[in-house]
Amino acid sequence: MIIYLIFLFVLLALMVGAAIYSIMQKDLLYAVIGTGVISLVLSILFFILQAPDVALTEAAIGVALTTIIFIITIRNTVRYEDEHDRKENK
Amino acid sequence: MKKILVLLLLAVFGIYLADVLFSLEFGKQFFTDGVKDFYLTKGPLDLKVSNTITAIIVNFRGFDTLGEVTVLFLATTAMGGILYKKRHKVGARSVLFPSSQIVMAGSKILFPAIILLGIYVFVHGHLTPGGGFQGGTIIATGFLLMLLAYQDYTVSHKVLTIVESLAGITFVVIGLMGLIKGSTFLENFMPVGTLNNLFSGGLIPIIYIVVGFKVGAELTGLIYTALHEKD
Repeated sequence: MIIYLIFLFVLLALMVGAAIYSIMQKDLLYAVIGTGVISLVLSILFFILQAPDVALTEAAIGVALTTIIFIITIRNTVRYEDEHDRKENK
Repeated sequence: MKKILVLLLLAVFGIYLADVLFSLEFGKQFFTDGVKDFYLTKGPLDLKVSNTITAIIVNFRGFDTLGEVTVLFLATTAMGGILYKKRHKVGARSVLFPSSQIVMAGSKILFPAIILLGIYVFVHGHLTPGGGFQGGTIIATGFLLMLLAYQDYTVSHKVLTIVESLAGITFVVIGLMGLIKGSTFLENFMPVGTLNNLFSGGLIPIIYIVVGFKVGAELTGLIYTALHEKD
């Protein structure tokens, strides 16, 4: 039981850590990967909490589709957070 | 002044949220009576569906699912409408991910397996975890793999539109047939079969197959549009 709880808290801490990382990161590509990690850990948590339907949805949409759409958008626009301001100032 | 106001609002929110969170004990069962018993008994007994979540989503709350499908359709339409004018001609990509021979060959092998997994997930939605949304998303992921690996891989927009429209119309027509034959929208009017069989659950597998096709077509179209957008 204790091991189970420790595992659960490690996963939760990983999720919070990935969220803080993706907020702080100036490189948007790394930030998107951070949000993908959040979704991955969240889907594992859903599976542990006996909601396999939601876990499947979260894994397919959160990890694969959202990340890819953000990556395509970053490839089409700018990669760094302050790059946009720099372009406007010129 | 503004910041103080925001902080005050957040503090009030926090107090209310903390009150709710602390009054709930971890792991305690609250809903001892209510609609859950009805779902848990009627799902397997009357509808012969072993995955109760599917029975709730598609039958008891089927109207909500129609709303969800409509929301997804509207989102895809909005994205297509915004990006439509700025699209390249057929074949030209805005984003090119260069891929090696190994990636191309590997994705060619993986593609049928991913499509098969998606079809399995939505055909067996009433027996195992998963369903139309999940299966459709998995199928869209397979198309995404091919679109990323091959730079000249195209998906016919006309076929996607036809599949999506037909699936949506079928969903609504099935619901209206329930209204005509029974008493409510999406009421089950087909034989339910036996528990744990593939052909069981009445309308539920049909609706989930339709939803799977619809979601797969929509998301594939979304990715295709995003990949062919022009600056």
